[in-house]
Amino acid sequence: MRCSTRNAPGVHELAVCQGLMTQVEQIARREHAARVTRILLRIGPLSGVEPQLLSDAFPIAAAGSVAADAELAIEPQPIRVRCLTCGEESAASTNRLVCGACGDYRTQLLSGDELLLASLELERRDNV
Amino acid sequence: MCDTCGCNVTDANRHLIEGDGRLAQTESGRDAISVLQGLLSENDRLAAHNREHFDSHRVLALNLMSSPGSGKTRLLEETIGALSGELRIAVIEGDLETENDAQRIRDKGVAAVQITTGTACHLDAHMVHDALHALDLDQVDILFIENVGNLVCPASFDLGQHRNVTLLSVTEGDDKPAKYPVMFRAADLMLISKSDLLAVLDDFSPDKAQRHLRELASTAPVHTLSARSGEGMQAWLDWLRSEHSAAKDRAAHGQTLRPAIQPDGQRLHTHEHTHQHAHHGHGRPGHD
Ligand SMILES: Nc1nc2c(ncn2[C@@H]2O[C@H](COP(=O)(O)OP(=O)(O)O)[C@@H](O)[C@H]2O)c(=O)[nH]1
Ligand SMILES: [Mg+2]
Ligand SMILES: [Zn+2]
Ligand SMILES: [Zn+2]
Repeated sequence: MRCSTRNAPGVHELAVCQGLMTQVEQIARREHAARVTRILLRIGPLSGVEPQLLSDAFPIAAAGSVAADAELAIEPQPIRVRCLTCGEESAASTNRLVCGACGDYRTQLLSGDELLLASLELERRDNV
Repeated sequence: MCDTCGCNVTDANRHLIEGDGRLAQTESGRDAISVLQGLLSENDRLAAHNREHFDSHRVLALNLMSSPGSGKTRLLEETIGALSGELRIAVIEGDLETENDAQRIRDKGVAAVQITTGTACHLDAHMVHDALHALDLDQVDILFIENVGNLVCPASFDLGQHRNVTLLSVTEGDDKPAKYPVMFRAADLMLISKSDLLAVLDDFSPDKAQRHLRELASTAPVHTLSARSGEGMQAWLDWLRSEHSAAKDRAAHGQTLRPAIQPDGQRLHTHEHTHQHAHHGHGRPGHD
């Protein structure tokens, strides 16, 4: 039971992956790439996307595309906030985004909600 | 475009491109290309388009989110009744928990479009755009979009709404905001629903629920109400009235509004959007 739900990529992550593939294919076309060899994502814990589920969904979304054999690398991002009251920057966790210095809840998120395509590695047609 | 001029680089990710530029040769002879685009930028573009529709028709668009069964449809039914003759309402129904949600709304005499999401667990900007074709927005003051009952993914997809309203019913745990921070962080207003049941459910504390919300750095207002008893409905209706008049004012000045907290990709897009605007609309004379 547990295994089958874990192996089934979330519908949500599949949708995100399809969005990713649209962008990857656009860039690959623009750059005249023969194939994409590596995709680097930056995903914060507050993005709402589960990196593991995204990795599971990737082969399905990428099948038959220019990125079918690409390595999907995901760099997790730390959660950091800046206090709007005392100005301090501190580390925070998904469900406690308060200031680490003075405890005020009025903080601004500096990092942790990223859902970014950071970079691509590709082989150009004339290189092959 | 913006990904080349670097204006969509936030403080948090600026270090990624500084120094080595956007193109570099890797050791293996392959090209590395720095992109820095939100993964949902395709959805965000369409959401921005939906938002333009809403603004040009002076419509306030609200995205209603919660677990299944928290009382979204019931709240809409009561809201439609209470505002009839005052504000014109339409509803896009994405919630499949109850098959007849759209029919329940139509029975109240307003237009409702049912989105059949199939197995989808959330609405996206595309589905909402399709549904818009079935509505005459000139006849609408407030458009409610009832999202799929799910506390996980609906928060990630911008639909073009102006505000997110998240319901938490007293039959759920008051620690739901701590368990689903992505969803509750996105709320511009949190409604604690089914308050008529508070008397029998003494383990739910509205104060605790609000404290959990504040720990997410949220300053969103919290209202406790019951669609069944009518308790607390006035504050909700007043919130709707003031949001609607604010939306009309904004649209009249060519401005718009997005939910207070949106994921990074969507923030990037806003940036891109205002940037383009500055070029096309308000370029200074002599500046090219
Ligand atoms: N006691 C009580 N029950 C409610 C209230 N609002 C909704 N319900 C009930 O909760 C159930 C789910 O409501 P519904 O509006 O369909 O939830 P949705 O899935 O969020 O749209 C229904 O049986 C409603 O009658 C309320 O204010 N008080
Ligand atoms: Mg419903
Ligand atoms: Zn989903
Ligand atoms: Zn502080």
